[in-house]
Amino acid sequence: MSNRTIKFLIPVISIFLGLLVGAIVMWMSGYDPIIGYAALWNGIFGDAYAIGETIRQISPYLLAGLAVAFAFRTGLFNIGVEGQLIVGWFAAAYVGTAFELPAMIHLPLALLAAAVAGALWGLVPGLLKAKLRVHEVIVTIMMNYIALHIVNALIRSISGGSYKLEKIHKTASLRSEFLSNLTDYSTLHYGILIALLMVAVMWFILDKTKTGYELKAVGFNDQASRYAGMNVDKNIILSMVISGAFAGLGGAMEALGTFGTMSSMGGFTGIGFDGIAVALLGANSPLGVIFGATLFGSLKYGANNMPNAAGIPIEIVSIVIALIIFFVASGYIIRVGLNRLKKKEAK
Amino acid sequence: MSILELLYFIVPATIAYAAPLIFTAIGGVFSERSGVVNIGLEGLMVMGAFVGILFNLFYADTFGGWTPWIAIIVAMFASAIFSLLHAVASISFRADQVVSGVAINMLGIAIALFSVKIIFGKGQTDLIQQKIPRFDMPILQDIPIIGPMFFKSMYGSSILAIGVAIVAWFVIYKTPFGLRLRSVGEHPMAADTMGINVTRIRYIAVIISGALAGIGGSVYAITTTNDFGHATINGQGFMALAAMIFGKWHPIGAMGAALFFGFAQALAIGAPKIPYIQDLPTVYLHILPYVLTILALAGFIGKANAPKANGQPYIKGQR
Repeated sequence: MSNRTIKFLIPVISIFLGLLVGAIVMWMSGYDPIIGYAALWNGIFGDAYAIGETIRQISPYLLAGLAVAFAFRTGLFNIGVEGQLIVGWFAAAYVGTAFELPAMIHLPLALLAAAVAGALWGLVPGLLKAKLRVHEVIVTIMMNYIALHIVNALIRSISGGSYKLEKIHKTASLRSEFLSNLTDYSTLHYGILIALLMVAVMWFILDKTKTGYELKAVGFNDQASRYAGMNVDKNIILSMVISGAFAGLGGAMEALGTFGTMSSMGGFTGIGFDGIAVALLGANSPLGVIFGATLFGSLKYGANNMPNAAGIPIEIVSIVIALIIFFVASGYIIRVGLNRLKKKEAK
Repeated sequence: MSILELLYFIVPATIAYAAPLIFTAIGGVFSERSGVVNIGLEGLMVMGAFVGILFNLFYADTFGGWTPWIAIIVAMFASAIFSLLHAVASISFRADQVVSGVAINMLGIAIALFSVKIIFGKGQTDLIQQKIPRFDMPILQDIPIIGPMFFKSMYGSSILAIGVAIVAWFVIYKTPFGLRLRSVGEHPMAADTMGINVTRIRYIAVIISGALAGIGGSVYAITTTNDFGHATINGQGFMALAAMIFGKWHPIGAMGAALFFGFAQALAIGAPKIPYIQDLPTVYLHILPYVLTILALAGFIGKANAPKANGQPYIKGQR
């Protein structure tokens, strides 16, 4: 088994183990795992409507995954995707309601606002990391809560004490009658195209530009990069800003596509944290992120069918996702196991 | 409201909000001092709150007035066992400790809600009947000014929290175990050379952090929310993490930071009744702990230095 095969096998084995433990949990709780997973399958692929909603769910996951993966490539752990996504959601929803513009300008402006908001939210930990060597993990966690409270307060003051912004104008909407009709009137919108475009953008930046080369170099070894004459501080900040912009666009998917508004939130959306799972499973590569987002987006949406069809609480899917993260993170032990197997075969 | 009345309201509320943070933050101190980053405090608290409430609901008839205390102990064991997952992943399997912590957080809330829905058929539990009683400390409560502020209608759990902080300080700074704990977190290879079992110390530290976070979560649920639902803990674990950093990885410092964050929460709750503060948007009070933590890390409020080997798995024989 080559190193490459092992790299590919770790996520596959992790998914299998996650689903297996999920089945055991269902069985121990008195449910039939086969009925449970069948309900999950039907929730994802059951009919045109389900497929449409599943694809819709994948778009924010793609962007959240890209955000985490992009920062990872520069050696940064962006746990703040959740907060960047929330401010992006708010910025897009606000621009969507506050202005009246032709669609040609309005929609790009709303998307841009979301990206800028997310980028600004990423800039703070980036600056602190670059200039003062403050660890980005804690700062981004704190920024998540600051985002949550500030956005809630802004929604309250803008809407005049209500808990919800007004619906965005049609001109800023990502909704598409064509896609909706195609999938039996689901809420599928053009966001998926934007998300896929961003996957290409990430691939292009990382693999085809000098900036991307520097970003990756800093991720591998910042001291060597500095010795080679690269501006490490600039690259750290840039990486966090681009990562934040991806996350902000993820919020725009919810603001301009799925919900068309923003309500004040009692807690986090969870999309940002699931983005960590997406990036991890996809080994931080653009193609891998498509794979991870498809898997987790599908699982998350398909889970909605489980309470109705099988009487199983949707949280079972969160348990499975958490377990998959666990197993992927513990890849070392899977690698050891695989190597043992290899040695046995050799004998 | 006069200043004195204000203090009579704010001080007890501060201590009540701070107690769960103190327990959990001290747990974090143990884990991170040994070199294991514990972002999973939130999930461990969730587990503690869930088990504490569940035990309280089921055994209230059996144990009567003792129920909340036994519930806290049961929650402590449950979270300690749960934290083993984090220990195994980050110490033995050399997983990225931050990722493993994130998984613990997701897993904690998912398992708890999954069980709640199975047992109760709805998103949250019933309200508990056996709460931790408030009591007045005899004699001390008669001291003018200080008495009503600190010793009237207080929770026993708050005294316990302060006691734990002092014991933790003693253990970490005055015992051989504490010295080993700190050395393992600063330079595991040197510690290993001196014959200290790095893996064992780290396991113990993570389990202690799980136990204390379990106590913290259950105390929060049993004193403040009285039931368990998806929003019961809602960031208390991360606030405890913030308190640990703001307290510079020192038990007494963590306690001080937790008290301060408790004060911010009490102010946010009592704001409508307090002159001057009532004109201030509460959002400032809500974000205060988080902003302060960032400032502390940035070195504006003294330099906060993490233990040197924090977050690095120890691999024997590697230089």
